[in-house]
Amino acid sequence: MTHPPVMSLRGITHSFGAVRALVDVDLDVHAHEVVAVVGDNGAGKSTLVAVLAGALVPDAGEVVVDGQEVLLRSPGLARQLGVATVFQDLALCEDLDVVENVFLGQELRRGPLLDEVAMEREAQRLLAQLAARVPSVRAPVSELSGGQRQAVAVARALVGEPRVLVLDEPTASLGVTQTAEVLNLVERVRDRGYGVVLVSQNMADVQAVADRVVVLRRGRVNGVFDGETASYEEIIAAITGVVPNRAGGAR
Amino acid sequence: MTVPVVDRAGLPVAARPDWRWRSGGERDLRSVPVLVSLVVLALVFQALNGAYLSADNLVNMTLQASTTGILTLGVVLVLMVGQIDLSVGAVSGLSAAIVAVGVVRAGWPLAVALVAAVLAGAALGAGYGWMFTRLGVPSFVITLVGLMVGVGLQMQVLAPTASLNLPYESALVRFSQESFLHPVASLAVVGAVVVGVTVAGLRDRRRRRAAELPAPSLAEIAARAGVLAVGLGLPVWYLNTSRGIGGMVAVFLGLVWVADVALRRTRWGRSVRAIGSNVESARRAGFAVRRVYLSAFTACAALAAVAGVLSAGRLAAANQGAGGADLTLTAIAAAVIGGTSLFGGRGSAWSAVLGVAVVHAIGSGLTLVNADGSLRYIVTGLVLALAVTVDALSRRSRLVGR
Ligand SMILES: Nc1ncnc2c1ncn2[C@@H]1O[C@H](COP(=O)(O)OP(=O)(O)O)[C@@H](O)[C@H]1O
Ligand SMILES: [Mg+2]
Repeated sequence: MTHPPVMSLRGITHSFGAVRALVDVDLDVHAHEVVAVVGDNGAGKSTLVAVLAGALVPDAGEVVVDGQEVLLRSPGLARQLGVATVFQDLALCEDLDVVENVFLGQELRRGPLLDEVAMEREAQRLLAQLAARVPSVRAPVSELSGGQRQAVAVARALVGEPRVLVLDEPTASLGVTQTAEVLNLVERVRDRGYGVVLVSQNMADVQAVADRVVVLRRGRVNGVFDGETASYEEIIAAITGVVPNRAGGAR
Repeated sequence: MTVPVVDRAGLPVAARPDWRWRSGGERDLRSVPVLVSLVVLALVFQALNGAYLSADNLVNMTLQASTTGILTLGVVLVLMVGQIDLSVGAVSGLSAAIVAVGVVRAGWPLAVALVAAVLAGAALGAGYGWMFTRLGVPSFVITLVGLMVGVGLQMQVLAPTASLNLPYESALVRFSQESFLHPVASLAVVGAVVVGVTVAGLRDRRRRRAAELPAPSLAEIAARAGVLAVGLGLPVWYLNTSRGIGGMVAVFLGLVWVADVALRRTRWGRSVRAIGSNVESARRAGFAVRRVYLSAFTACAALAAVAGVLSAGRLAAANQGAGGADLTLTAIAAAVIGGTSLFGGRGSAWSAVLGVAVVHAIGSGLTLVNADGSLRYIVTGLVLALAVTVDALSRRSRLVGR
């Protein structure tokens, strides 16, 4: 690819006490590209997501956005730089309603006061785009099902047109139809010119939408594959480490 | 406005599902049990003593309730972020001592003494916030420390005596004891509130319709205006047959109104509720969590100081005993009884009004029927137990009901 990446991680290393969650990880995210990050439980995927989201400042390594090295010291800053994240646990507030959750941290205002009308309208539009049905956009999130919550979290990430969308296992609690909707959305977001980082355990999802597949194993990058050409067996081998594989996919 | 078929990015806008209009009314329903219990209390005590619902007694109740109410409002703010302040009574006692000593012994102008007292409270609250956010000490420990330090400071400020009288001609005393809204002014305020709420409702309706969102009907807006006019006008008219709406009561209700707007209509209020609901989610949504905690603790202690200053005016004295632990517990009880959750995230500024109404309805009633003072503690405690149980059960049903 000729264009420089919109976001890259260089040599990211992070430990939780004795657990080395990430070791010297590099990751590039280009516009118009879906990068799938796969790996076994505990491979470090969510830790990587936290670094991208500004929720975790790694022990070492640098984050580059648009060619500029940045210190992502808060989720708010990452958001300002155009990186939107759907966390694995969704990061919703149960007591707040759907609109409040969709715009959490990015509230629209008219003067000093919140613009509930504009937020409600936009929340409805985003949810409709996800083909998500919620009982009422003014219902507290505690009343929603798992799939509906996931839709709310994804809708939140789409507020304000992010440039990089990071999704941590977004289809884990979804049914077949909703999963298809999210994968559709991932492709549409890519076609709009955004970069997407899709963390997933589901090989079918990955093979459906990924342009590039990055395999994490015990905190290290254990292979980068082309989404079109890589075989299921190759990727599984890199995930499990049964056959040490360094097959360099197309970059 | 035309309906866009595709959005900015050229994506089709799917047929919007028919979302039902949910007015704030459904949230208001939470206060119904409290209002019902107020009516029951009123009927029972009125049957026991005919003077209970007299305008004179109700005016007294509102005066007593307003200082507790301001304390309660502060407690509501810290409960909303999921924390607690056990020192509000001590902080109010300390600020009362500062005002009295400042005015009487140091000869400060009243305004200086007032500002000093409120700033001292705010500084203590900021100290709690700092210890909580930077050192991670649990808020009940920090504020328990604050309670002890506050009581000690109060003694030192008042030393060598244990109490200090404020002169009766002091503006603070006259404001707290003798200032009442003119009957016409009080009814004008009610009128302005009704008109203001209705105009805001109509404007909101117009914007919602323009945005093709479900909107309340004109009949609904009119009904709201009617309920508000009667619900505010009638009590104000009745209190005006006695002394009327006290200046302190007006201060309390004004503070509640400001806090309500801040909690419901500003980004700060949204961050308060988000943090109380799930602090990690709030952090990842980009809120400045530490600053919000700090502001909640500071506002709470500053409100406690305001309450202390006003109660010094009402008693025309600052006493060592003022602001004892039972005052703090009453304020916390009132907040929870009024509908603010002990677990954070849910509540409203108006719960301070409802809560102190219940607590003082019980207190005044038991006094009027000559019940032993001990009974007031027991009954208020039992009502608190009931409110906390309801709070815990509703939380559990929400967590289980996924
Ligand atoms: N907050 C934390 N504290 C301690 N250890 C953690 C924390 N978060 C993750 N870990 C550890 O780091 C490793 C990687 O975890 P994670 O990134 O969640 O993996 P994945 O998302 O790939 O399943 C695991 O061993 C996990 O136990
Ligand atoms: Mg994970």
